[in-house]
Amino acid sequence: MPEPRTIVAPQFDDAAQQQETSMLGMWVFLATEVMFFGGLFASYTMYRALYAQAFAAASHHLDIVLGTLNTAVLLTSSLTMALAVRSAQVGARRTTATLLVVTMLLGLAFLGIKGVEYYQKYVDHLVPGPSFSFSGANRHDAEMFFYLYFVMTGLHALHMIAGVGVMSVLTILTVRGRFTPAYYNPLEIGGLYWHFVDIVWIFLFPLLYLIGHHT
Amino acid sequence: MTTHIVPVRTYVAVFVALLVLLAATVAVNFVSLGELNVLAAMVIAVCKMCLVMLFFMHVRYSGRLIWIYVCIGFYWLAILIALTLGDVLTRAWLRP
Repeated sequence: MPEPRTIVAPQFDDAAQQQETSMLGMWVFLATEVMFFGGLFASYTMYRALYAQAFAAASHHLDIVLGTLNTAVLLTSSLTMALAVRSAQVGARRTTATLLVVTMLLGLAFLGIKGVEYYQKYVDHLVPGPSFSFSGANRHDAEMFFYLYFVMTGLHALHMIAGVGVMSVLTILTVRGRFTPAYYNPLEIGGLYWHFVDIVWIFLFPLLYLIGHHT
Repeated sequence: MTTHIVPVRTYVAVFVALLVLLAATVAVNFVSLGELNVLAAMVIAVCKMCLVMLFFMHVRYSGRLIWIYVCIGFYWLAILIALTLGDVLTRAWLRP
């Protein structure tokens, strides 16, 4: 194991101030991300209020089993991410790298399950556009639900892909021994990003999959 | 400060709580509560979010400056949604 060293940039008093600054910067970024997704959540709320019945009918075409499974996968990946940061804090480099790889694999599993769901929607002609077909009177209202479904889960999936990229860089840096208990800021803020994407899904799941009650 | 090291069992306990809440939100969905269904789903989602933010994202162990920035994000979101809905949902009132 390399000697624990602290890398403090000249503008900071000490490592603690440097760490709080990087976390604060990440939270500012996450606040802009909240607004980024917020526009979609606002349009969702508006259209759901206007087309309540069509949204409930359309939502029943989503696979609640796969949705629940994917939520569990993502929650597990958040646990492994949190544990990865913790093992960096105590200086367990191998454990950190392993947990980061597990987090990445769980993220890829999430994307795989999402892909299966997208394919199913494609087969069922539920992708908005010329081939969209929906039995029921409110075809256009249901189409609006699927627009929002694909844009919201698609934007979320893009964030997951970016997250997997961040994880792979962090894994390489960990293996190279760049992090010590005194300096692991990139892991900490990478973790913040990963947990944020998890929180977005925590809201997407009930809003998209659990409209109206199932019997 | 943020160098606070959280015990593994705290993380595992939070994870178990998150899975229990996930099971609860799916279970509630199979019970008809009318308008209360969406309220229950959102209350559970907010609880899950708070658990993730406080423990996994270390907000509980962070300084006040971080807390302010975390809250500001939600404050802006509240303005965005409240003003949008304040417009859209009240338009019908003007048309007799």
